[in-house]
Amino acid sequence: MRLRNLLTVMLTLVLVGSLLAACTGGNKESSPSASPSAGSSSEPGASSSPEPQGPPKEFRFTLGSEPPSLDPALYTDAQSHIVGLGLFEGLYRLDPDGNAVPALAESYEVSDDGKTYTFKLRKDAKWTNGDPVTAHDFEYSWKRILAPETAADYAYMLFYLENAEQYNAGEASADQVGVKALDDYTLEVKLISATPYFLDIITHNSYWPVNKNAVEGKPDWATDVKTLVTNGPFKLTEWVHGGKLVLTKNPDYYAKDKINFDIVTITLVEEDSTVFNMFQTDQIDWIGAQAGSVPTDQVEQVLQSGAGQVKAIASTYYYLYNTTKKPFNNVKIRKAFSMAIDRQAIIDNVTKANQQPAFALVPPSIRGTDGKSFREMYPDSGYFQENVEEAKRLLAEGLQEEGLSQFPQVTLLYNTNEGHKAIAEAIVDQWRKNLGVEVKLANQEWGTFLETRDAQQFDIARAGWGADFNHPINFSYDLIHSKSGNNDGRYANSRVDELLDQAILSTDEKDAMAKIAEAEKIAIADDMAVLPIYYYTTVTMVKPGFVNVVSDYAGHLNWVYGDKQ
Amino acid sequence: MVRFIVRKFLFMILSLYVLVTATFVLMNAVPGSPLQREKATSPQIQKNLEAFYGLDKPLIQQYGVYLKNLLQFDLGISMKKRFYSVNKIINDSFKYSLRLGIVSIITSVVAGCTLGIIAALYHRRFLDNLSMVLAVIGLAIPSMVMAPVLQYLLAVKLRIFKVAGLDGPLDYVLPTIALSSVSIAFIARLIRSTMIEVLHADYIRTAKAKGLAGHAIVWRHCIRNSMLPVVTYLGYLTANVITGSVIIEAIFAIPGMGKFFVQSVVDRDYPLIMGITVFYAVLLMVCRFLADIAYALVDPRMRILGSKVER
Repeated sequence: MRLRNLLTVMLTLVLVGSLLAACTGGNKESSPSASPSAGSSSEPGASSSPEPQGPPKEFRFTLGSEPPSLDPALYTDAQSHIVGLGLFEGLYRLDPDGNAVPALAESYEVSDDGKTYTFKLRKDAKWTNGDPVTAHDFEYSWKRILAPETAADYAYMLFYLENAEQYNAGEASADQVGVKALDDYTLEVKLISATPYFLDIITHNSYWPVNKNAVEGKPDWATDVKTLVTNGPFKLTEWVHGGKLVLTKNPDYYAKDKINFDIVTITLVEEDSTVFNMFQTDQIDWIGAQAGSVPTDQVEQVLQSGAGQVKAIASTYYYLYNTTKKPFNNVKIRKAFSMAIDRQAIIDNVTKANQQPAFALVPPSIRGTDGKSFREMYPDSGYFQENVEEAKRLLAEGLQEEGLSQFPQVTLLYNTNEGHKAIAEAIVDQWRKNLGVEVKLANQEWGTFLETRDAQQFDIARAGWGADFNHPINFSYDLIHSKSGNNDGRYANSRVDELLDQAILSTDEKDAMAKIAEAEKIAIADDMAVLPIYYYTTVTMVKPGFVNVVSDYAGHLNWVYGDKQ
Repeated sequence: MVRFIVRKFLFMILSLYVLVTATFVLMNAVPGSPLQREKATSPQIQKNLEAFYGLDKPLIQQYGVYLKNLLQFDLGISMKKRFYSVNKIINDSFKYSLRLGIVSIITSVVAGCTLGIIAALYHRRFLDNLSMVLAVIGLAIPSMVMAPVLQYLLAVKLRIFKVAGLDGPLDYVLPTIALSSVSIAFIARLIRSTMIEVLHADYIRTAKAKGLAGHAIVWRHCIRNSMLPVVTYLGYLTANVITGSVIIEAIFAIPGMGKFFVQSVVDRDYPLIMGITVFYAVLLMVCRFLADIAYALVDPRMRILGSKVER
């Protein structure tokens, strides 16, 4: 009897105790923790600027997934990039329009053959642990991402450097890689061949520096506030895993007067409807551009009421044809299928976010030369037309050529997602009406889907491609060159390969782009390698009073130089 | 009694072993590797990634290493979140699920018992029907619907609560309601039916005849006898609720561990899948084990009968 009473009392105490702990513990977690590194989150008038000290300017947004690590050598997703933009800085950075502008590099020189770059770094940049940022940091970091032990997914971004690919494969030593710090503030880079768009490439996070003292011997240095060392306009002051990140203005940043936000709070929320509700109740200031999404059922209303804006981003939505087996090995059948759909109808009725119909691969926001975009210089309107009659004719001819009396059973494969399903159903319906063919639908979960596609076990498969950097080669070589690992349809045309190889080696920007355009034209207009559907857009919403927070050319949130008025 | 406990414990260990092995086998039979990306990388980079994660060793060896680590309570390193150990992931996220879970269990027991007792006492009258209607509503509306509706009505429209997060005590209200609705209903019905039986038992009539006041009868005799099914149910409920609900945590943006149950499978993050599964299984078995013991402690009949069976 007594034992039971005692147990009951103890159990009650435990439960009540944990309830109390829950409540108070919750409060403690949320308040801004004291930053372990120098500098507090509020600026007590220490800056020399004459501006009056108002309340701290805060910018709040959400991310759908947590950056696995803030180590710039390891970013593979847009979310890591969005956070990293505020924390790290490289030689050059991309402004929101997609132009490469100098960051830590004060000036540079190129050799006559275009293969050797010499960068002069600023001397006033510092790491958050007090070390100055030097050329040695760059040499260390670039070799580190190439090192086989690092196992970086984007190591291939540095394969433009001499011996980089060999070093990554374990066939050369780190000393042979074409990057060297000539002195503390001079960096010499040796490339395999002249690469006119090299300055665009070095804006990518794979080229950002890390601090050797912070990194050596500490494999998880970038997963905790206490060990993270950065050199950018903001510093990380709080990180609750799975919950939120808080960044505050870096008082040691060399251009701190250009930075307006004092605090940036990033909450991790997966559910689109919750993000939308948070925006409606003023808990956050921004939705869109990979920093939260407007729920698809709200998009139409948001755009109509003017609460949100649409912006083109550098991504293309298309279907892959499996060119290795019937019936899509036949170019007439491929053309028939591409010509028999109504892209605008899908955009108006299914996706409803003012996307643009695509008749090629390179999206409109990818740059060209002389201030024009690539698509402006080489419009895709001439590549092919939507024409049902012509399509029917081509289909009949193609079947005859292949010796097929009727259209065989084919399946359209997409990765499981309500949006892709709706589009696929609409397109299958159009084919049914316009061509009289019955295409089956199948969907697979993302990982399985990628494996299936990679193994060419499909007839038609959904695909999407987003820009890694701002140059049309990213949308051509990677997708239609026969050697590319991303060319899952195994399209191969030796003339296209030749043009693309020449484009990469070309020293003249205009010449390279012309070759890329020609290769793209052959691949689409002549060979219909893939079925382009639309160029992506992003829907963004922002609270009034915020300026310079935008979706950049690639559709990622660029917030670093924003301001609140 | 001791033999009872020991036997249960050994069965628990055996079940765990079977579970770990089965999960390991099934996971490796599913297509899709943890190294997938939309952009294929050069074979060299692929190889680097595989060597780093030990996927190129034979299966038997992977299994052996894993079992050895388990015995040392090391659940390995996550594959997708490369620099987090599974222990750290569970550690960081479990506390949020635990807090919400405990609040939810207390609410379920208190609210469920209240509803059930009222229903039993006013059997077949208005209050009984009202309680049962409320219970069925809680049971019938899935959390997938209830959570967003609560959020929309009370947080967005009426602005009484915050939309997301668990920063202050008020923020617990909405997630707790959504999380507990089913268990409140279940407990209410359990208590009600058990108590109706109990109320008609001989010893209650004896107590009334002795002159015991109504509320004393209820408190001292009825409730204790009716609690037994609830104790058993609590064993199962506790493990389920404190490991987090995927949906509630998603909608209220709570950084708990619920999402890892689904996400780890989507990502094919082998060590995390196994770690989470083992963690949940251990919790579940321990909770049920404790419930069994509690049952034996609370009901003297179990003790006597139980030990007789053992002999």
